[in-house]
Amino acid sequence: MSITPFLVLSGLLFSIGAMGVLVRRNAIVVFMCVELMLNASNLAFVTFARQHGNLDGQIAAFFVMVVAAAEVVVGLAIIMTIFRTRRSASVDDASLLKY
Amino acid sequence: MIAFWILAPLMVVCALGMVVVRKAVHSALLLAVVMVGLAVLYAAQDAPFLFAVQIIVYTGAVLMLFLFVLMLVGVDTSDSMVETLPGQRVAAIVLGVLFAGLLVVAVSQATYGAAFGLEAANADGNVPGVAQLLFSKYVFAFEVTSALLITAALGAMLLAHRERLTPKATQRDMALQRMRDYAERGVHPGPLPSPGMLARHNSVDTPALLPDGTPSELSISRVMRAHGTVRDVSHDRLIAAEVESDTKQLGPSRTLDRQDEAGER
Amino acid sequence: MANSVSWLYLIIAIPAASAAVLLLSGKAADAWGHLLGTGASLASFVVAMLAFVKLLGGEASSESAMSLHQELFSWIEVGGFDVTFGLLFDRLSGLFVLLITGVGSLIHIYSIGYMAHDERRRRFFAQLNLFVAAMLMLVLADDYLTLFLGWEGVGLASYLLIGFFQQRTSAAVAAKKAFVVNRVGDMGMALSVMLMFATFGTSTFEGVDSGMEQVSSGTATALGLLLLLAACGKSAQVPLQSWLLDAMEGPTPVSALIHAATMVTAGVYLVTRSSFVYEQTELASTAVVIVGLVTLLWGAIIGCAKDDIKKGLAGSTMSQIGYMMLAAGIGPAAYSFAIFHLLTHGFFKANLFLGAGSVMHAMNDEVDMRRYGALRAVMPITFVTFACGYLAIIGFPGFSGFWSKDKIIEAAFAENVVVGLGALLGAGITAFYMTRMMIMTFISERRWAKEAHPHESSPVMTVPLMVLAVASVFGGVLLFNDWIGNWLEPVVGEGEHHELPLGLTELALTIMVAVVVLIGAGIAVRMYQRDSIATAPSADVSPLTTAARRDLYGDAFNEVALMRPGQSLTRGLVMFDNRGIDGAVNGVAAMVGGSSGRIRRWQSGFVRAYALSMLGGSALVVLALVAVRLA
Repeated sequence: MSITPFLVLSGLLFSIGAMGVLVRRNAIVVFMCVELMLNASNLAFVTFARQHGNLDGQIAAFFVMVVAAAEVVVGLAIIMTIFRTRRSASVDDASLLKY
Repeated sequence: MIAFWILAPLMVVCALGMVVVRKAVHSALLLAVVMVGLAVLYAAQDAPFLFAVQIIVYTGAVLMLFLFVLMLVGVDTSDSMVETLPGQRVAAIVLGVLFAGLLVVAVSQATYGAAFGLEAANADGNVPGVAQLLFSKYVFAFEVTSALLITAALGAMLLAHRERLTPKATQRDMALQRMRDYAERGVHPGPLPSPGMLARHNSVDTPALLPDGTPSELSISRVMRAHGTVRDVSHDRLIAAEVESDTKQLGPSRTLDRQDEAGER
Repeated sequence: MANSVSWLYLIIAIPAASAAVLLLSGKAADAWGHLLGTGASLASFVVAMLAFVKLLGGEASSESAMSLHQELFSWIEVGGFDVTFGLLFDRLSGLFVLLITGVGSLIHIYSIGYMAHDERRRRFFAQLNLFVAAMLMLVLADDYLTLFLGWEGVGLASYLLIGFFQQRTSAAVAAKKAFVVNRVGDMGMALSVMLMFATFGTSTFEGVDSGMEQVSSGTATALGLLLLLAACGKSAQVPLQSWLLDAMEGPTPVSALIHAATMVTAGVYLVTRSSFVYEQTELASTAVVIVGLVTLLWGAIIGCAKDDIKKGLAGSTMSQIGYMMLAAGIGPAAYSFAIFHLLTHGFFKANLFLGAGSVMHAMNDEVDMRRYGALRAVMPITFVTFACGYLAIIGFPGFSGFWSKDKIIEAAFAENVVVGLGALLGAGITAFYMTRMMIMTFISERRWAKEAHPHESSPVMTVPLMVLAVASVFGGVLLFNDWIGNWLEPVVGEGEHHELPLGLTELALTIMVAVVVLIGAGIAVRMYQRDSIATAPSADVSPLTTAARRDLYGDAFNEVALMRPGQSLTRGLVMFDNRGIDGAVNGVAAMVGGSSGRIRRWQSGFVRAYALSMLGGSALVVLALVAVRLA
């Protein structure tokens, strides 16, 4: 199988995730779009592992998953804490650091 | 490849949907579809270990964690789709398309040799192969990542922790408080009345009927009322009224009490 | 060829050391400062005499002793530019040294009496010594750069001494004017030294002399004109003549020494010394002649209209130096006459100035001749010595001035009839104004102010007058047997003998000059002796008189042509600096501030906007990578 379709798919998913980060206001949905971007890069890793013929790409994808899990844990805890005090999970609320 | 060509369009559509739907829960579910699709693609690319890990860890743990937090935040909350920052949406779409185009062009313009394939690497099996690498070449990264996980868990506990400002109310305190309320304000100390003998349903959301047929406010919890999930019992009322009238037509019922009036049976 | 001696430097060192001592010792030296100063000047004169005697002796023997020479130290060694500080006591500089130290010492003695009542007398002597040292360095230098050092030194001393009466604003202004106008000349000097270095690689007299044959005529002319510019500044020749009359603000001994006998002759010395330059360029030599001619008439005309005795003598100085420059411009035929006239002029002009000082001293520092009159009886010695100087300057036969001026007029006629006629006319006008001065001061009726009690001056002032008077009378002996011509020939070259035009003989010319002088004197006698003199200048006068009173509009011209444009330029530059440069700088600052104020708004505080720019940036990076790869 040629790897180009996989890479194209990975690129598309990544761009969609990036667009989502810019467009959505709900913090949790933004977080989910970030997860989508991470997944897209995982796909690219695995594809290139197949291309090069060694498992280093899969190892890298594995580590990405682990780190993403840790990141989600902490990130969601933060979002929840903020939600408790502010009663809103919009990313546009933190806008005091401006001119 | 067939799997790829079926799954890829589906995944792209779901990803797009994830970005545009209103309710956050729908976004989470669509993301789950994408993730499962990815798992299948991993399997198709000779990475069975990752296929399993993707499903178990990513979709099963991480995404579920997302859903839990969504529940805590408010499962029905829907975002307003009106864009507050001027020009943000247009710019985002333009940039996104541009970025996607760039990546696609870059990737498709590159020439790759034939894929090496993972037969040699997976000679002893994929899992032993991964383990081989993980515990020799990447053992340091492995150890550090485990430390990271521990730290993350601790951090989450710390962040989610709520400090009690007042001492926790014990069962005895709650009972005393209930009695006090009854003594001072006449609040009913018992549980909420059940729907009643003639109710059609025994669930928590069915209100009890007063003698004149109206639902009793006391029998429905405050939360359900706020949510507006109380069952409508107007139809049941009519049926209860019919039974009542039937009972009157039948006369007094032959009960032990009647026998007492005759003196003897 | 040069004889190397080891004690030449003393000539300069003694007055310089004395100046340093007098300036540094402060009030402690007030009691004996004037004596030290005079003694230093006399000591320098003694050493100079010794050197001169040595030179005289050397003339009889081989030509190896035409000059005395001392190399002191290596002064500048920069890149290819090597200048050694050396002294050259040859026939030309020897004469000057004797004039400076001799007349200078007499004036020092005179000043003891003249400045007796001034509390800053010690400082006066210090500055006089400084002047003498600088002037000696000027004439003893063997290199144009060393000469320049002395040149600047005398400029400084002149500034200090003109502005000696510091409290008077007019004195301070005059000192500044002198310095500034001199500066213009100094530019010429500096440029000529630079040109010399660029052309010859050296600025010594020998070096330039030997290289002069090979240079292009353009370079030679440039050198000649630059040196002429320098000379004009120092010698108060047209066009840089405006400072000399104002310089009379200084004390009279200063006017006598600096602005009559020595410093103003430095220009003539420079031109004479640079004879090897002017030999190569016809144009520059002619320029010198023209400058001399114009100045001698200019000074004479101004001198006629001055009521201030010192200003009248200053105009006369300007005119006489014009004669010297004229002679120097004519070339080897007349160099020796220029120097001869310089020497005799030194004697009689110093004599006249000191006499004027004596008169001023007697009349309570009054300078207006309209307030003098009939001083002949009251101040006999002054009158007689002044008369000796007067007769010398108008060229009365037998007196020193007669011999020197006559020779110059002769050379002028040999050069060109027009030049000769101009010189002749100058002689007539000289006779006129000097006679006027004589009459107004000593002979006419008394027009004294009420408080005036004139009396003869003390011996410390009259003895120098008498010595100078003797020199004025007998100074002509230098021409005996053309001694001075022969003496200076090794330095300035042999002059060709020109025929006088129109078939005139020398005797006929002498008689012509005498007649013109007589006419001039006669007119003055008629105007001032027969008719009485008004105590205030009359307003109803001819345009020429008005012009002469206003220095032939020299100051007005300077103001219009130079000062006002200079002021406008300065103002324009200031405005350009304020609005243009400051405006540009402030404008840049304002622009930065303004644009930053606008760009600041991009920081909206919204994370999504920042994320947008991040995505944009990464899109650009990917684009660059792709473009590089595909290109």
